[in-house]
Amino acid sequence: MSAHPAHPALAAGARRPLARLRVLGGGRLRRACLALLTLFVLVALLAPWLTPHDPTFGKLGDTLLGPGADHWLGTDQGGRDTLSALIAGTRTSLAGPLGVVVFSTLLGTAVGLFTAWRGGWIDAMAGRALDIVFAFPALLLAILAVALFGKGMTAPVIAMAIAYTPYTARLVRGLAVQEKARPYIAAYRVQGHSAPFITVRRMLPNIAPTLLAQSTVNFGYALLDLAALSFLGLGVQPPTPDWGAMINQGQAAVLQGQPLSAIAPAVAVVLVVVAFNVVGESLGDRLAGRDS
Amino acid sequence: MPLLEYDALGVTLPGTARPILDGIDLHVGAGEVVALVGESGSGKSVTARAALGLFPAGADITGQVRVAGTGLVGADAASLRDVRTNRAAMIYQDPRAALNPVRRVGDFLTEPLRLAHGWSRNRAAARAAELLAAVGLPDPGRHLNQYPHELSGGMLQRVVIAAALTTEPRLLLCDEPTTALDVSTQAEILAVLGRLQRERGLGLLLITHDIELAAAVSDRIHVMYAGRIVEAAPVADLFAAPRHPYTAGLLGSSPPLHGPLARLTPIPGAPMGLLESAPGCAFAPRCHFAEPGRCDQSPPPPERHGPAEVACHRTAELTAPAANAPAPAAFHASGKEDS
Amino acid sequence: MTAVAARAARVLRRLAAMAATLLVTSFLVFSSLFLAPGDPASFLVKGRSAGPAELAEIRRQYGFDEPFLVRYWHWLEGVLHGDLGRSHLLHQDVASVIWSRLPASLLLIGVSALMIAVVGIGSGVVGALRRGSRTDRSLMLLVTVGAAAPAFVAALLLRSVLGVQLGWFPTIGNGTGLLDRLHHVVLPAAALSVTFVALVTRVTRSAMLDELRREHVEVALSRGTPRRTVIRRHVLRNALGPIVTVSALLVSGMLVSTAIVETAFGMSGVGSLLVQSVDQLDFQVVQAIVLLVVAAFVVVNALVDLVHPLIDPRTAAAGSAR
Repeated sequence: MSAHPAHPALAAGARRPLARLRVLGGGRLRRACLALLTLFVLVALLAPWLTPHDPTFGKLGDTLLGPGADHWLGTDQGGRDTLSALIAGTRTSLAGPLGVVVFSTLLGTAVGLFTAWRGGWIDAMAGRALDIVFAFPALLLAILAVALFGKGMTAPVIAMAIAYTPYTARLVRGLAVQEKARPYIAAYRVQGHSAPFITVRRMLPNIAPTLLAQSTVNFGYALLDLAALSFLGLGVQPPTPDWGAMINQGQAAVLQGQPLSAIAPAVAVVLVVVAFNVVGESLGDRLAGRDS
Repeated sequence: MPLLEYDALGVTLPGTARPILDGIDLHVGAGEVVALVGESGSGKSVTARAALGLFPAGADITGQVRVAGTGLVGADAASLRDVRTNRAAMIYQDPRAALNPVRRVGDFLTEPLRLAHGWSRNRAAARAAELLAAVGLPDPGRHLNQYPHELSGGMLQRVVIAAALTTEPRLLLCDEPTTALDVSTQAEILAVLGRLQRERGLGLLLITHDIELAAAVSDRIHVMYAGRIVEAAPVADLFAAPRHPYTAGLLGSSPPLHGPLARLTPIPGAPMGLLESAPGCAFAPRCHFAEPGRCDQSPPPPERHGPAEVACHRTAELTAPAANAPAPAAFHASGKEDS
Repeated sequence: MTAVAARAARVLRRLAAMAATLLVTSFLVFSSLFLAPGDPASFLVKGRSAGPAELAEIRRQYGFDEPFLVRYWHWLEGVLHGDLGRSHLLHQDVASVIWSRLPASLLLIGVSALMIAVVGIGSGVVGALRRGSRTDRSLMLLVTVGAAAPAFVAALLLRSVLGVQLGWFPTIGNGTGLLDRLHHVVLPAAALSVTFVALVTRVTRSAMLDELRREHVEVALSRGTPRRTVIRRHVLRNALGPIVTVSALLVSGMLVSTAIVETAFGMSGVGSLLVQSVDQLDFQVVQAIVLLVVAAFVVVNALVDLVHPLIDPRTAAAGSAR
């Protein structure tokens, strides 16, 4: 399997590295996206100090205002300042995917390293089990989790982390199997080092850059899935500010010709996901270029 | 009119230090087998592909190549297609790469007949089966419906030869036709090629790195080095008295097809890459006979020496029967000392 | 004869693997009910007032007093006979509820699949043939944005521009009659397609570029085969393998995305039914739809594996599928 990160489904099935973004002129785009991500992370961290208005509740008289000096991006149907909601929503919108990626990366790495190290029937069985999980798309598993445990973010984040685990596990396993065949591993074994020491302390650092590239791309797609869940009204519940939920609430305003309260968070979602994809893939490209 | 004629063909890729091909003059007549011999990177494959109007993308081309009188440099699409379908055909080094793996052998054989000549499926298939039999495949009807991966390399090379003959071209271009095959198959394929060439009176340009192989099947040999033809002569003359030090080196470094295996003497150094260039003779850095101040100053023009055409500043002195200059036979000895 | 036998064995092996996967996934979907906090019977009627009699009825119907595997077996038997349980909210068979919603979803999926195939493969081919050109670069930029544009964002923009501002297409509902239904399905199908068009474009482009580099392509050109024919017969034809394999992996994502699109456009289909059922705590319906989506994915991928030898005969020779 290629070590090149891509859409999770593609990474699982594509036999060859996908089209490279180098076509887009690489460097400048990557730096712009990196800057964009830094900006969004800063906004998420500093959100409470950045919002010009209350991001949760608006004023009755302010419903569906157009953009103006006081409300740069206008207000929504509840009179809430769109810019404030957008800023506060950065936090919830990035926190969910972070949970998914951290959890699935830890779990996938553990599974991948363990199965690669043990090999044999354990590896084969784990491969089958991962195939089964593949059959459950992340968003479907998240919806099922909501049906079982109620609306909110905790259950869907855990469910999606499980759905994303096979992608990481396969990537790590593939890389670890290659690493395992290299002489330095045999040297450590001869010296009597334990399997956890060799795999985690010695193999993992060599795998980590590729893993990071894949996790970066996964972050973007997890953000899409969680935003979709909130859009469906099954994730983050209003009035807690969240991009997906904002798009959902703004839909009615779109039909009334006031699309900004929905378009602003939509643009934010696309920008962040593009940035994560570009950064993750260019990282993968650089790794692939260095290897070959 | 020769079937194939190169007229001072030059091919240069932007950003390289020397031309890929420089002043190639060569002709192949009907019923004639001409070999083009050189190391990899010498430009011999580019030369062969030029005979089908296939040039490296972005290359700057000078001179002309004519197939049956049609000039291919600057040719329009229709005459290119006519040459490619009807006048000349190429046999490739690796038959497994030459056939589309997901299409049947029959599709490969009949493609030009059906597309360019509008033959019906049955008529084309019958013709293809005939040709498969002619190249010595045992079960033509079955092979037509097989996929390339179901046939051995030797069988596939016969398929490629049959495919080259479908539209009855008068000229065959063979680019290392036996290199990818195992030794026993090589002899069979050469036999098939030789028989078809004689039976049909084809003109054949053989591209190979193997000078002994070239000697075994061809009438004339052109030796190529770094994009230039350094020596051209009838086979017997070339073997009896190589007139270019590089030819002599090739003869000394390839095992003879017959007779005892003498000690081989490799040519020292490596062929010149596309990013290197020399103001003088390209072979001078590797040549035992290079004369400082002369061979490294200006490129030698091709000159006639007896039956051969040679591009070497010192051919006259080196081949003169005088006692103080080493005779051609001494090239071998000199190489041995060095290695 | 042996080749036929080998082929049959391969088909049987793949079908057996598919059945095994279906068995395990259905077991997981079935057991998910027991992950829910509290008593499963009261979970099933959650959100509504249910008397002890109704609870007892559910217990009997679901066989909660029987051992776990027996319960699963009864449930599976029912599913195989088309009995997906009963919605205690709608007081209807789940199967008939889904059945009545299925045509709208299938129309949406069909139109969208057509758009994905035509636009995705088409622009992938154009990008590959004009590699590095301005067209290619803009396509790749669109692909990067498209792959990051979720269905709900696409839906929002399409409704806002083509629906509300230009008024070319209806923005809500299913429509009645064939033409009206088609008219209603254009925007939802387009919204559903965006991400997948981007992904298919990428796969097509890179598969085409891989194939364009093959020697047999130059060989075909050197034999006087016109370039267009070579592109069609030798390049695109050979690129189909990876395109189909990847597309099959996208099926599950596409099926789930119908939930987003149908909800956004107020369509009545299986996807919007899923969302409503989660919202209204109608777990039997949720379970049935999850099962259908997963089964569809498993079956489609098994079918793609089975037809793959037709696309690439080498895979038949390679023997057993994985």
